[in-house]
Amino acid sequence: MKKFKNIPGQTISDFITYAIVVIAFLIIQPMKSAGLLSNSFSGLLIPICTYIVMAVSLNLTVGILGELSLGHAGFMSVGAFSGIIAVISLDGVVTSNILRLVIAMVIGGIMAGITGFLIGIPVLRLRGDYLAIVTLAFGEIIKNIINCLYIGIDESGLHFSMESAAALDMVNGKVIINGPIGAVGVPKISTFVVGFVLIMVTLIVVLNFKRSRTGRAVMALRDNRIAAESVGISVTKYKLIAFITSAVLAGMAGTLYAMNYTTLAAKKFDFNTSILVLVFVVLGGMGNIRGSIIATAILYLLPELILREFSDYRMLIYAIILIAVMLFTNSIKVKQFAEGVKSKLQSVFKREKNKNKGGATE
Amino acid sequence: MKFKKIASVAIAALMSVMTFASCNGGEDTAGTIQIGVSGPFTGGAAIYGTAVKNGAEIAVEEINEKGGLQFSIRCEDDEHDAEKSVNAYNILKDWGMDILVGPTTTGPSIAVSSEANADNIFMLTPSGSSTDILGGFPNESGVVEIARKNNVFQMCFTDPNQGTASAEYIKENNIGTKIAVIYNSSDAYSTGIYTKFIAKADELGLDVVSETSFPSDDTTDFNVQLTEAKNAGADLIFLPIYYTPASLIMKQADSAGYEFKYFGVDGMDGILTLEGFDTSLAEGVMLLTPFVADADDADTRSFVEKYKAKTGGEIPNQFAADAYDAVYAVYEACVKAGITHEMSSSEMCEKLTAVFTDPTFVFSGLTGTDVTWSSTGEVSKPPKAMIIKDGAYSAM
Repeated sequence: MKKFKNIPGQTISDFITYAIVVIAFLIIQPMKSAGLLSNSFSGLLIPICTYIVMAVSLNLTVGILGELSLGHAGFMSVGAFSGIIAVISLDGVVTSNILRLVIAMVIGGIMAGITGFLIGIPVLRLRGDYLAIVTLAFGEIIKNIINCLYIGIDESGLHFSMESAAALDMVNGKVIINGPIGAVGVPKISTFVVGFVLIMVTLIVVLNFKRSRTGRAVMALRDNRIAAESVGISVTKYKLIAFITSAVLAGMAGTLYAMNYTTLAAKKFDFNTSILVLVFVVLGGMGNIRGSIIATAILYLLPELILREFSDYRMLIYAIILIAVMLFTNSIKVKQFAEGVKSKLQSVFKREKNKNKGGATE
Repeated sequence: MKFKKIASVAIAALMSVMTFASCNGGEDTAGTIQIGVSGPFTGGAAIYGTAVKNGAEIAVEEINEKGGLQFSIRCEDDEHDAEKSVNAYNILKDWGMDILVGPTTTGPSIAVSSEANADNIFMLTPSGSSTDILGGFPNESGVVEIARKNNVFQMCFTDPNQGTASAEYIKENNIGTKIAVIYNSSDAYSTGIYTKFIAKADELGLDVVSETSFPSDDTTDFNVQLTEAKNAGADLIFLPIYYTPASLIMKQADSAGYEFKYFGVDGMDGILTLEGFDTSLAEGVMLLTPFVADADDADTRSFVEKYKAKTGGEIPNQFAADAYDAVYAVYEACVKAGITHEMSSSEMCEKLTAVFTDPTFVFSGLTGTDVTWSSTGEVSKPPKAMIIKDGAYSAM
């Protein structure tokens, strides 16, 4: 017992977060392979993994860096489409599907990271509302660029065009991305295990980032920019590091997502998807990684599994629940109530402990 | 204290709602063939999903009244989104779906058709029109990217068919000499038709003077496109788009004082029932569509009446008619194949696929007579050209 006392509370908290994810995986995975899960639930596993990674990575920008980003789906989109290109290009070269997926995810992450870097340079010079608006615009720009992008592959390699699929000028080629129609015929190779591993990687990266020297510098910038600058913290550098990390993780999530459906259009990654992820982050608590995971899992399952029974009123009830959660978690009275319960429990716990101690000495 | 009271009331209300919810799903499906329908019932494309749902429900009610084979139906929302449509499909599968009549729109249909193909569940989409849904069609450079999904069929025309049919129709009847095209570049349906139309127009020697696009479903300003068409001297505008943007184009052309003839495809259907639209602007608009709500035959009249009664006076569009026909086509194929509810969905799928690809299986419904299916999954029925006259559709 003594050993554990020396571990700081933060580390214990981190390990609880890892433990929640691992336990959830250890419960779900055997049930899945035994066929005990319903089709609908097992169909939701990969999207949930994706959105958890999205929410945790956005939390890095919104919660830890403290800048409101409304274009997170844009990075997901870059990751998804570059992942698709990678997977189809590697068809026949790499035979193992898992390996192909992992390579695609790395490429998707790198491409999203590059996009994050390019966008970050101008965007991160702005602050507050301006930054939010510009990220929103960049998200839309990415969507529209992919919307008019035509990419195909034949024996001589990749072909690009901004006009039409016919302008690709291929011999016996495959069209990978067909403008607004998007990618059709994507191999379905994402698995829940890969999704779980991606969540763990994301958690390790983000939680350790938070506790690192860089992470502290980023949080110092969030809390007081002028004070942080005065001790020599480079604003642009640290903001960019956080922003790019967040983009890379979103790109990897995008690849995982893309490989779960046979078709994908750029339309999917619009403003609404960015907001959806932001809702997960805000309701889970800004800067609270564990909260993001739990909020994503619950809020994604809610409309898809539980509220389906309401048919027509499904989205209405979902919206009401979101509002209710928002009001409840922000109400001072709820906080006081929760504090009260907590202190009561603590005092009961202490009394029990004292009693036990007393019993032991007697 | 007041807060606690409110909180407890809220929690109690939520819990009672939850219990209400859990007993809602247990309708009786014993002894029936379970038909799953999916489409967008919420969001921007909800009008199509709702029409499909109503059309399919009317067909199921009629079939059940006849006695004989009994159907049960469940409709799930897919929000016109590939991800949500797979979720909806899985929900239907958990419910015990035997046959899928859906999804309604193209993107979701492509995603779901692969799932249905892997699970061997028979799928007939009432209105998903891309050839990627069926698979087995070569792309521009002649390569088949998606293998044919053998158990997937369509009730509506495919996009290429509509594009080529429109070009042929315009050429044969000499409707326009200088043609402008305005299409939605963010929409698979619209770009699909546009590409094939242009290809066919080139082949036939039609003079396309202006090709412009708009980038999203909620574009509201078309003055740039209209001016370009005007400057190019166009007399006919081909609109392979849905009716909401089409109505705006007509309105804006009218206020700018331009006079064009318009030619549309099946997405244009519904323009006359659009709220707040001056139908006189649509006077003389031509469109290719498989269904007209004011046709004179008894079947159409009875369907329109039932639809109006069900929806409180709405006039059915071609999506509703396609869904109604799709359920009837499945029913007739079931009868022909001798399918009973005891069979597994996979057995049904084998038998239905055999019937649908059988050239002796001929179906007649609201959207066409002597309808047959080929082994490619495409439907073969003649397109009807309609013209809007005095605020109503009439055959040309």
